[in-house]
Amino acid sequence: MTAIRPGSQPPISAPDRSIWLIVIAVISSALLLVSQEQNWLAALPSAVRNFLKNPLVASLVLTLFLANLLFAYRWKAHLWAKLLVGGLSLFLILPWAGRDNTSVLDLAIQIGIFAALSLGLNIVVGLAGLLDLGYIAFFAVGAYTWGIFGSGQIGKVLTYFKDNGGNNGPVVALGGLVLVIITALSLRAINRVKGKRPPLTSAAFLLAAFGLLAGVTLLVRGIVVLASANAAGFASGVNPNFFWLFLILAVAAAASVGVLIGLPVLKLKGDYLAIITLGLGEVIRVLANNLSTYSNGSQGITPIGSASVPWFDSLAAALGFSPAQYNLFFLYFVVLAIIAIIILANMRLDRSKIGRAWIAIREDEVAAQAMGIPLVKTKLIAFATGASFAGVMGVIFAAKQGFISPESFILNQSISVLSMVVLGGLGSIPGVILGAAVVTILNISLLPSLGEATASLNLPPQVNPAQLQRLVFGSILVAMMLFRPEGLLPSVRQRRMMHEDDDPTDNQTPQDSIAGELNPENAAEVYSPGVATRADDERGGGTQ
Amino acid sequence: MDFATLAPFLVGVIISGLVLGFVYAIIALGYTMVYGVLQLINFAHSEVFVTGAVVGFEIFRVLADNPMNGYLKLLIALIAAMAASGGLNVLIERLAYRPLRNAPRLVPLITAIGVSLILQDLIRIIEGFQGRFDLTYQLPQGFSTPFCGPESSCVSVGNFLSKIGISLQIKEVVMVLVALLSLAALNYLVNFTKLGRAIRAVAQDRVTAGLMGIDANGIISLTFLIGGALGGVSGVLFGLKFGTVNAYSGFDPGIIAFTAAVLGGIGSIPGAVLGGLVLGVIQNLIGVTNILGDALGIANLGVIDSSYQRIGGFLVLVLILIFKPTGLLGRSNVEKV
Repeated sequence: MTAIRPGSQPPISAPDRSIWLIVIAVISSALLLVSQEQNWLAALPSAVRNFLKNPLVASLVLTLFLANLLFAYRWKAHLWAKLLVGGLSLFLILPWAGRDNTSVLDLAIQIGIFAALSLGLNIVVGLAGLLDLGYIAFFAVGAYTWGIFGSGQIGKVLTYFKDNGGNNGPVVALGGLVLVIITALSLRAINRVKGKRPPLTSAAFLLAAFGLLAGVTLLVRGIVVLASANAAGFASGVNPNFFWLFLILAVAAAASVGVLIGLPVLKLKGDYLAIITLGLGEVIRVLANNLSTYSNGSQGITPIGSASVPWFDSLAAALGFSPAQYNLFFLYFVVLAIIAIIILANMRLDRSKIGRAWIAIREDEVAAQAMGIPLVKTKLIAFATGASFAGVMGVIFAAKQGFISPESFILNQSISVLSMVVLGGLGSIPGVILGAAVVTILNISLLPSLGEATASLNLPPQVNPAQLQRLVFGSILVAMMLFRPEGLLPSVRQRRMMHEDDDPTDNQTPQDSIAGELNPENAAEVYSPGVATRADDERGGGTQ
Repeated sequence: MDFATLAPFLVGVIISGLVLGFVYAIIALGYTMVYGVLQLINFAHSEVFVTGAVVGFEIFRVLADNPMNGYLKLLIALIAAMAASGGLNVLIERLAYRPLRNAPRLVPLITAIGVSLILQDLIRIIEGFQGRFDLTYQLPQGFSTPFCGPESSCVSVGNFLSKIGISLQIKEVVMVLVALLSLAALNYLVNFTKLGRAIRAVAQDRVTAGLMGIDANGIISLTFLIGGALGGVSGVLFGLKFGTVNAYSGFDPGIIAFTAAVLGGIGSIPGAVLGGLVLGVIQNLIGVTNILGDALGIANLGVIDSSYQRIGGFLVLVLILIFKPTGLLGRSNVEKV
């Protein structure tokens, strides 16, 4: 491959599309609002009304509207036009359309959830190169963390312990606390031993780690038994205002599960890691299915509450939302905020020392180790970071659905998130968000509406499009991988890897407009791992 | 339950676990063959084997009223299933994997998942047009009878087994025999023929093998044919064992068989068989944990019921891989910088 460095290509003179951007945004917003608002629809002639009410058309309109955001991101346009279109779409038009048709808001939240999941998995698979097929388990951990406490389930658990826990709560809690302190201190002491560890130290470390686990378990059990005296007070879960606390707790819980799962298996590579993570994901699901005391088994937990912010609710009321929609309206903005934080975190991580360490490990583990990167620690951080994003979104998911059961966390979901990441472009932040949006819209909106739209054609039930989701989704996956294996919005580095053998002039063809983004003047920049590294050290990073 | 009844019960559980294990082993071999040459987890293999099971079902259904010998029907079903699954596997390789030979490894993995989704719906549609979803095997007469009935006078292994309280059906014996035969055939093919040598050469280094005059693409197609044919055999065995099959029933055994392949050391043929047998036995043992708990007087074991069967296999896998990261019989390859 010829060495192509950022900035070494001739700038592409894409026409300024600010006008087009705004025109399309206005048209699609108007279409969306008209197609969702009953009053406006009623005023239209019946032919137009029926056309707009067609589920397929409505779904396409919604898709076109969401594509605005993509255009705003991708096209060369003035910054103010981009910000205007993006901001108005996200903060005004979408909630507005959602007021008249809750499913729009629901879809938007779902896209947000999957986008965050994909961003998390992108760190694990895209940056660190660890193939994780059990990623949905962390999502489940987050969902159950809030699901149990945000519903009457915690009351049931406490009642169970009141009846069966005995009355030695203080003793157990105290013992657990002592054990935790002792083992934590000894872990710390062992960690300070310098030089090559004798086998005895390793054994002691393992023992202390198990002790710590046992101590935490005892402590938690003791606290639960102590708290079980007020079981009646928790009949409908904890105070909804604790939602914010649980957002943070879910991050911690998912990250610790990530470390726990990661510790024993990160020595493995590639497909071994894939099958183990797949297995451990299943383990979490089966546990959720079987520990019915805590998770209510396969019946799932319902109803799960959600936080409510009074001024936000009154804002929603002023905007004409019905009380049943407050929750979605509120969660929509929470999701937006969390996504913003996650994107920011991702961009920072990409450029950070740890991000470069992940890329180094992905490219060549042995060489990375030789350069002094601590393998296990770096991989664990990747696992924990990815997991924590999933944990947060698990809480949101539980609060949005109001119902969780082990069925929501099956292997297919993990695979679905993985395909979002690969479909969008491994390692590229805008890519995986686009991938998540495309797959979610396809699965939740387009295919079902295609089924509804063709309902009158009397197709045999076997080929009803609503039943063909797997076929269509599978075909798209295969076609994408065959014709555009680097994904929809590839990261710069990934793209180079895929096109190593191509003629370098290919990079200048207009449809490869991504090359234009290497030029800082073409505002939209793909945050890609590796770019920074190359710039910092051109001799080492210039070619692959 | 005292020891005198517990012992034959346990032996029975283990034997039926071994029978199940042979089914898993043959499925796992399909994964192993493909993985061996392409280092690709062929997620579509579970649908390839379901295709075999569906073809087997159709053969048994068509031949149900035919007064033909039951074993001949089984043979026809096996051959048809092998042909269908093998052909399908070659087709998949040609269309979905070959264009991606030089892409990063995640890309063909995603394609495999896509193919598997497509096949699931295709099978459902094709069978759905005839109004069927759950396909129940119509076995020839005598297949489900005990291996040697109590009134039978034969002095045989079966009679001995039934005397000490272990029941074994004829179909189970047939299944094990079929599995062993295909194993022997595969072993001969890979280890003792020129073709097998070519396969091993391509598995080791595709480019160099090509320089030595081996048609690498042809050999890879052939490997997919063999892997698919094994999938066909295992599909029919699966149908014999469980009786019903539907478009989506490949998923669970597919995952377990892949676990088996990894457990034994992926890419290793004896490893896949060993892994399958181990997982089959462990699954069956976990299924009866509560009975064992009752017998041994350990009350709390009762909470472990059959829904833990799958994760039991995974936990064993984790344990084994921690101590032996390449699986039971896998070889570690030396890393070069």
